[in-house]
Amino acid sequence: MPISKLGRPFFALAVLAALIALPPVADAMGQPALTSMAARILIYGIAAASLNIVLGYGGMVSFGHAAFFGVGGYVVGILYAHHASGDPLFGFIPGSNQLLVTLPAAILVSGLAALVIGALSLRTSGVQFIMITLAFAQMLFFLFVSLKTYGGDDGLIIRRANEAPWLNMRDKQTVYYVCLAIAVAFFALLWRFVNSRFANVLMGLRQSERRMAAIGLPAYRYKLAAFVISGMGAGLAGALMANFLRFASPDMLHWTKSGELMVMVILGGVGTLFGPLAGAAVYIILESVLASWTEYWQLGVGIILLFVVLYTHGGVQALALRLAGRRP
Amino acid sequence: MTLFLEQLLNGLQFGVMLFLMAAGLTLIFGIMGIINLAHGSIYMVGAYAGALVITETDSFLLGIPAALVVAAIVGILMEVTVIRRLYRRDHLDQVLATFAIILILNQAITILFGRQPLFAAMPAGLGGSIELLPGLIYPVYRLAIIVVGLSVAAGLYLLINRTRIGMLVRAGSTNRDMVRALGVDIRMLYTIVFGLGALLAGLAGLMAGPILAVQVGMGEQILITTFVVVVIGGVGSIKGAFYASLIIGVVDTLLRAYLPGLLRQFMVGSEADALGAGVSSMGIYLLMALVLLARPKGLFVADS
Repeated sequence: MPISKLGRPFFALAVLAALIALPPVADAMGQPALTSMAARILIYGIAAASLNIVLGYGGMVSFGHAAFFGVGGYVVGILYAHHASGDPLFGFIPGSNQLLVTLPAAILVSGLAALVIGALSLRTSGVQFIMITLAFAQMLFFLFVSLKTYGGDDGLIIRRANEAPWLNMRDKQTVYYVCLAIAVAFFALLWRFVNSRFANVLMGLRQSERRMAAIGLPAYRYKLAAFVISGMGAGLAGALMANFLRFASPDMLHWTKSGELMVMVILGGVGTLFGPLAGAAVYIILESVLASWTEYWQLGVGIILLFVVLYTHGGVQALALRLAGRRP
Repeated sequence: MTLFLEQLLNGLQFGVMLFLMAAGLTLIFGIMGIINLAHGSIYMVGAYAGALVITETDSFLLGIPAALVVAAIVGILMEVTVIRRLYRRDHLDQVLATFAIILILNQAITILFGRQPLFAAMPAGLGGSIELLPGLIYPVYRLAIIVVGLSVAAGLYLLINRTRIGMLVRAGSTNRDMVRALGVDIRMLYTIVFGLGALLAGLAGLMAGPILAVQVGMGEQILITTFVVVVIGGVGSIKGAFYASLIIGVVDTLLRAYLPGLLRQFMVGSEADALGAGVSSMGIYLLMALVLLARPKGLFVADS
């Protein structure tokens, strides 16, 4: 453990304080865009950390997590569309614009999607698992493209962010603080999860499935449960993103989005608690810096990613530690 | 009936294109244990090289070596600079590194050629159509693709089952370390196999030129369908890749051709078209799900 056990909570608290102070400071500096950038980092951080549950702790390389991200977003969008038009979904589910309804609904539906996709995909492993998760995500992508009622290719505009009791969600800063609060709660839960017996089993499965089976643990069920939890987290992030952008589109499920989430995880460090959040920050800052220089910013991202994968062994965190002269 | 036969031929033509991609992908995975996302990028590079030379020189014949050589060179360069470092890494690193290659090649092509798609001219003499059966008129070029694809499949079969290289390939896919221990230069073999895969992808790209728009993103489109083929056929099995390619090609084409019409019997025209297009794009993935339920390792791999 290179950073002392005591240093870690302090560092986390310092980051949290900075994030709380960010909106007024950004406004005072005349850079309100920083706030929305931070909101995107938080949201993608949640999605990437969810992916990290299967990818880092479970060793299952899911290349289709954008599917759950997109499903979460579309749940918010579709419920809003039915709330606005007044006619219920499938004839009996009323629409809603209440955050306290739509977020749990998004988590539930994306969890169900993860249950179905996971139950099928986990029948295989290794390289097939990668291809299959990618293919299922692509299938959902085509599904949403074909849903002309909900915008099809163009996506679904959500005229107003969901309402929450006592909060003015029309204010972008309030939305930011909602994202921050949810992110804090999410990472607190994730911390509990990472230190749980369940996560230990998961990490054991990554190291040797046979050994875990030999001591009597049903590998498939544990992996499926992890996959569902991971899908739910990604769905939550998608629902927040739909609220933040007031827009849900098939782009949220595009396979490059799955790739981006994986890039965030590896940039920050696979199998670490806050790594994906750091990775999301690095990726989004990198993207906006490179995009301000050149329209071909993906070239830069590609080269940096290649370098990170080939040479750093453990992402930006590990690289920083090694540069500081310590072995990760 | 003639319409159905025509669609069947279209499906076959799509199927052999998929096979050219899937054969390379599954060979590379079978021998080296590498999942290569950038395989689609090689297809794109081949298509661009072919389309460029064909447009500049007005000769399809010159386009053939251009596409094949450029694709093989790009593939070998890729193997030597990046892929070679990934053999001992886990799949995650392989996915991310090849994902990075996709980003780099896509942007490089955009910088070189812009965002406008290119179109390659049909080869002279293959532009027309012939009457295969009374009433069944079919473009010669598409027939040529089918013939080329099937001959490549036959050639690959001979290469793998009848030659020394093929023997090493088969041995390498069974037990890599043993082959190395017997004194075979396995690095060379890897480079050859990767180059061969790249060559096949380049050939697919070249042949796609005159019938599809040559544009950035074409590689990923076919790559994901190829993954479905490889999963259905069984990872590492060329025979499986062949049959699965034809199945997927035909199923996909027939769904696209007939589903909107079927749906129109029940619903409004425009909605039926949209839903039909969507569901027919999903069809092959549903087929994959069904295959997975019955045979998790793919149709043509013996369950262990």
